[in-house]
Amino acid sequence: MKITLYGVRGSIPVPGKDTVKYGGNTTCIGIETPEGDQIIIDGGTGIRSLGMKLLQKTPVKCALFITHTHWDHIQGLPFFVPFFVPGTEVDIYGAFDPVYRKNLRTILANQMEYCYFPVRECELNANIRYHHLTEKQPISVGSAIVTPILLNHPVLNYGYKITCHGKHFFFTGDYEPPYNIYEPEDMEYAEYEMLIQQQQTQLANFIDACDLVIADTQYTPAEYPQKRGWGHGSHDTSIALAKAARIKTLVMTHHDPLRTDAQLDALAQQIQQRTDLPPHTRFEFAIEGTTYQL
Amino acid sequence: MPIDQKKLTRTVETLPAFPESAQKIISLTAKVDCSPKQLVKVIEHDPVLTMRVLKLVNSAYFGLSREVTSVNHAVIYVGINTIKNLAISASMTGTLPHRNKAGLDTRNLWHHSLRVGVLARQLAEERGVAASLLVNHFVGGLLHDIGKLLIAHTFPDDYRALLTAMETAQTDPQTLETTMLGITHAEVGARVAEHWKLPLELQHCIRYHHCDEAEVLREHPITLAVSAANRLAHLSEDTRIAIYLPEVVRDWLGTEPEQLLTQLDDPESEFQKAVSFVDVQ
Repeated sequence: MKITLYGVRGSIPVPGKDTVKYGGNTTCIGIETPEGDQIIIDGGTGIRSLGMKLLQKTPVKCALFITHTHWDHIQGLPFFVPFFVPGTEVDIYGAFDPVYRKNLRTILANQMEYCYFPVRECELNANIRYHHLTEKQPISVGSAIVTPILLNHPVLNYGYKITCHGKHFFFTGDYEPPYNIYEPEDMEYAEYEMLIQQQQTQLANFIDACDLVIADTQYTPAEYPQKRGWGHGSHDTSIALAKAARIKTLVMTHHDPLRTDAQLDALAQQIQQRTDLPPHTRFEFAIEGTTYQL
Repeated sequence: MPIDQKKLTRTVETLPAFPESAQKIISLTAKVDCSPKQLVKVIEHDPVLTMRVLKLVNSAYFGLSREVTSVNHAVIYVGINTIKNLAISASMTGTLPHRNKAGLDTRNLWHHSLRVGVLARQLAEERGVAASLLVNHFVGGLLHDIGKLLIAHTFPDDYRALLTAMETAQTDPQTLETTMLGITHAEVGARVAEHWKLPLELQHCIRYHHCDEAEVLREHPITLAVSAANRLAHLSEDTRIAIYLPEVVRDWLGTEPEQLLTQLDDPESEFQKAVSFVDVQ
């Protein structure tokens, strides 16, 4: 399968001269199987150009998986042109919001109400079907199988594993590995630590020996302590994940909007110089427009 | 015929305690950066709340692939923020009986109570009340009509007769309550609050939320806020009701009620949020 990055930025799009190399669009990944099945993960602003590309071959038929519904993962959806074209078939998958008890359609339709956007969701010409996911329940899309796993973030966030012709790709969505909320001297510390370990092992088994993992790596180790609990990973957490799950290539994404190309270049270099990298993993920073062939 | 005061007292005395955890969770989560550790502790110290949270997490809404068996487990699995939101809803539902034989629409009453809670908090904020005191304004609004629930629950026949009489009566509901039941819902509610040992200002605000006397209303500012919020809530719920605000409430608000409703920070959407919490069962 071919995996193309259409948006690698976290939080908010940042166009401009400082983000030309790594790109300023928010999260969107396009996956194409050898049979031509189209899978999209997330509808950040990167989905606009993916939509234009898909329209080169009509009618467009695709499956769109939403990791979670924070702005930077859905804000491009109103500008996904295939939605407006009759004959387009889209299956949208994601989580039901159990706190607000809102289904996916309502959440996505809300951002297309008249006060935000001139065309309402119900006026789109495409044939759109919505599906709520259950964790670990695989979904078939042509020759690929997509399996969701819940990963810690302030809202329910699904990571997706895509398996196609024996190759495995995984995207974390926004993910901060759980941390111990107790102090080492608290009675509950050990039990909590054990539960964290369980969750980590479960995740490592789920993505064991994946060919390619794209992981939320918004922060540097120095920044992370101030951002703990915000729901994003750091260089350290992504390296640990690669180590635990024997990942072949780990691509660090969800770049902080403040990060310039020059800073990302310097950080990429810093990471290569670390002495604690697992020998079996290749690490790189996500660059908008890059395609990985598995 | 007035209701049996002894039976009323007995019912109040045998009511389960007001969940302390609900109070604690409301005040803990008033801060954006509330400590996850403390939150888990509050939930875990209340077995009923723990059960409710776990039941919600394991419900079909979440679509989890395996059963979550402890609060800590739930935090790791679905995140502290989600658990925080569930705990707020779970701690408030179940505080009061949901069913009664008197034909009182408890769902409507809950929604009204939530609206008053949300408005009382927003009005207080607007009037410059300190952030730490806002929580009690919300709770005061939420519980102001609790007496109605208790009467409907304990004396369903009497309460049904009252509801029927209200439809055609020319007198105000409080006078009708006094004539038919021998007591008002505000007074019954205040006794419940006393039994729950709620703060004095909350007891006061439940007892006097229909009162017009300036001195009584001024005694505890929460009473002013809840009294104003109650009348404004009726205004948003049914525009046919002519809104009467005592002079002292009008002074406190500082402006016309219709004007004020448009100045507040979208109370309707705040209310919808609160409803979505409380409706989760």
